[in-house]
Amino acid sequence: MTETTYSGSDAADRGNDMAARRKRRDAANRRLQYYGIGAISFAIGLLALLFASLIVSGYTAFTQTHVRIDFPISATHVKPDAIDQGNYRLVVRDALADLFPDVTSPADVRSLGQILTNNTQFFVRDAVLADPSVIGRSVTLEIPASDPFDQLNKGVIDRNVPENQRRVTDRQIGWFDQLVAQDRVTAPFNWALFTAPNSRFPELAGLSGAIVGSALTLLVCFVLSFPIGIAAAIYLEEFAPKNRWTDLIEVNINNLAAVPSIVFGLLGLAVFLNLMGLPRSAPLVGGMVLALMTLPTMIIVTRAALKAVPPSIREAGLGMGASKHQVIMHHVLPLAMPGILTGTIIGMAHALGETAPLLLIGMNAFITSEPGGITDAATALPTQVFIWADSPERGFVARTAAGILVLLGFLIIMNGLAVWLRQRLERTW
Amino acid sequence: MKLITTASAIALAAAALTVASAAQARDQIRIVGSSTVFPYTQAVAEQFANSTGKPAPVVESTGTGGGFKAFCGGVGVDHPDVTGASRAIKKSEFEACTKAGVESITEVLLGYDGLSIAHARSGTSVNLTKAQLFQALASKVEKDGQIVDNPYKKWSEIDPSLPDVAIAVFGPPPTSGTRDAFVELVMHPGCDAFPAIKALEGDAKKEVCERMRQDGPFIEAGENDNLIVQRLEADPTALGIFGYSFLYENQDKLVGTPIDGVAPSTETIADGSYKISRPLFIYIKNAHRGVIPGLEEFVTEYVSEASFGEGGYLAERGLIPLDEGKREDVRQAVASSTAMAAPAK
Repeated sequence: MTETTYSGSDAADRGNDMAARRKRRDAANRRLQYYGIGAISFAIGLLALLFASLIVSGYTAFTQTHVRIDFPISATHVKPDAIDQGNYRLVVRDALADLFPDVTSPADVRSLGQILTNNTQFFVRDAVLADPSVIGRSVTLEIPASDPFDQLNKGVIDRNVPENQRRVTDRQIGWFDQLVAQDRVTAPFNWALFTAPNSRFPELAGLSGAIVGSALTLLVCFVLSFPIGIAAAIYLEEFAPKNRWTDLIEVNINNLAAVPSIVFGLLGLAVFLNLMGLPRSAPLVGGMVLALMTLPTMIIVTRAALKAVPPSIREAGLGMGASKHQVIMHHVLPLAMPGILTGTIIGMAHALGETAPLLLIGMNAFITSEPGGITDAATALPTQVFIWADSPERGFVARTAAGILVLLGFLIIMNGLAVWLRQRLERTW
Repeated sequence: MKLITTASAIALAAAALTVASAAQARDQIRIVGSSTVFPYTQAVAEQFANSTGKPAPVVESTGTGGGFKAFCGGVGVDHPDVTGASRAIKKSEFEACTKAGVESITEVLLGYDGLSIAHARSGTSVNLTKAQLFQALASKVEKDGQIVDNPYKKWSEIDPSLPDVAIAVFGPPPTSGTRDAFVELVMHPGCDAFPAIKALEGDAKKEVCERMRQDGPFIEAGENDNLIVQRLEADPTALGIFGYSFLYENQDKLVGTPIDGVAPSTETIADGSYKISRPLFIYIKNAHRGVIPGLEEFVTEYVSEASFGEGGYLAERGLIPLDEGKREDVRQAVASSTAMAAPAK
C-alpha cells in the first residue's frame, strides 16, 4: 500500500489509472462475449457439419429412378380365375422382349432384366389384382430401377471406370441409355421411402414399418410413463413427508435418470421377455423398456412443474375449504400441465432416438411388413438406421443418411412442439 | 382432469389388447442366427412374403452362437423356428438343444461364403500367404526358432519382397463369426507353417495360433463392414478383412488380395481354389413344421433352385452355391425332415 495524497498531479494520475482500469474491464467484458460467441459458433458449426454431411450423402435417396414399361398381360400367362398365381416372370420377360427385340440369348435376357428391380413381377401382379380388366390388354407401370442402375442414373456409379470395376456392364449401360433416349426413365420424389416397409432391395426399402413401429412404441411408453410419472410426482411433491425414506427415493430417482439406457434393455430382456414371456421384438416390450427409462425424467420434470405453482394458489384453495384432492386436481395440476407436457414431449423425443435397449429386445429384426399392433414384431426408426448402415448394397449408404434425416425431422418437430407449447401456455406469476 | 381420464382409458385399452393378442398363436416365422447368413435369409423371407402373401417372417441377426442359444431354448411359439449359422452346430449346442426338447433338427448346408482380404483400388496389390498373414497379425510369432512377441511393424520385415509400409489390417471383433472363420481358415493353417509353434500342444498352441496382436497393426473395426470399406479408401496401404459380399458390392473401390496366389472371385471360391471360404448352414426345428403357418413353404423356398441354385437370387447376393448333386440331396433332406445325428465335436 502506498500513502495517498491529493495533489493536482496525483489526481491526473488517478484519472489515467481509472481510464486504464476501465479499458481493461471493458476488454475483459468484450473477451467474455467473444468466448461465448466463439463457443456458440463452434457448436453451430459442428451441427452444420453434421447436417451437411448427412444431406450430401443422403439427398440422393430422396429421389428414385423409375423406368416406364408397358406390360402386355396375355391371358396365357395370367388366368382370369387365378390372377395371383399368374406367371408374372414371363409377363416381365415379354415386356422387355418387346422393348429390346434384338436381345435373345438367355444370359442377355437375364442381364437385361437386372435393370429393373427384382420384384417387378409383384408390381405387375398387384396392378392386375387391382384391375383385372387389363388381362388381354397391356398395362403401363413406373417400375423402380434396380439399385446399380439407380446409382448409375444418379452418377454415383461412374461409367468411365473400367467395366470390371463396376456392378453394371457396358451392354447394360447401353440398354439403359436406350431407355433414357426413349424418355422412359424418370427420377421422381421417392415417396416409397415413407410409404413402403423395409426390403432387402435398396430401391424398394422404405421406413413405413419403422415409423409405425416407433409410433406404437412411443404410444406404449407414453401410456405407461405419463400417468405413473404424474402420480409419483404428485405424491412426492404434495403428500410425502420429508424424511429419510423420501430422501432416499429422491436420490434413487435422480440416479436412475442417469443410468445408461442399455441397462434398461438388459432388464427388459431378463424380466419382460425371459420371465414374463412377452413376445420378442414387439413394440409393447420396447415401449415398456423405454417407459422405465423415461420415468425418472418424467417424475423430475413433473415435480419441478408442480413446484413452480406458487404456494399462494394452494393456500387460497385450502382457505376456501377445498380438500387437498380438490386443490391438486382442480388448481395445481392444470396450472402445472404446460410444464409437464413440455417435459413429456422432450422425454418422448429422447425415447424416440433410443437404440441400445431396443437392440437387446430384438427390435432390430428384418421384417417386410408394417406391424399391425403392439404385439407384432416391429423395428423402430433408430434400429432401422442401424440395420441399413450394416447392409452391403451401395444404395443403403444414401438410405442410411436419409433415414437419419427423417429421424432428425421427427425430433425437430417434437422439440418444436414442446417449445411452442411452453410459449403458448406458460404463465408467469 | 380430462387428460388423465383419457390417458388412463388408453392405458386400459392397451392392457386389454395385450392380454387378448398374447393368447393368440404366432403366425409369423421367426428366424435368428449368424449375421453372415442374415442377408440370404432376408432375401428368402422377402421372396416368400411377396410370392405367397403370407405374413412376413421376422429375421433377426444375433450371431451364430446367440442364434443357437435362442433356437435351443425349447419347442413352442416363444422359440425361433430356424437359425442360421456360419459354422456347423457344436456338440455342446446340440446337447443343449436335446435337453430342452428340441430333438429333431434338419441341418441344411446352403453353400459357401468367401472371406476376403482387400485393399483400396488406389493401393498396390500384394500377394500374401497364410503364413505371412499369421506373422503380421498374431500376438506371438516364431523368430529364429523362438516364440516371441510379434516384432513385425512393416510388411517388408516379414518378407523383403513385400512393400516397405507399416502393417495396418482392419478386421472384425471377437464377437463376429467372420473373426472365428478368419482364425480357423487363416491363422490356424498359417501357424502350422512354423515348426516351433506346430510342436506346441493343446491349449498352448491354441493360444499362440488364435490370439490376434493388440499393439496396433491389427485394428478391430467393429461389426459394421461398411465402415471398414470407408477406412480402406482413406488409407490405401491398409488391408481389410470381411465377407466376400462386401468386396463384390464394392468392386469399384476395392481389390481382393490374392492369398497363396489365388484372388477371391465367385469362380475361385466355387471351384475351391480360393481356400478361405466357409460353409453356411440353416437349422430347422422339425417340431415346428406343420405347426407354424408357412414354415413348410418357407424352407421349401429356401432350398429351391431359384434361390440357392446356380444363378439363383442368393448367388446374386454373393453365396457360392453347392454343386447340383449336393443341392438335390439337401432338398431331399428338407422335404423328408431328416433329423441330423449328434455332431462328433
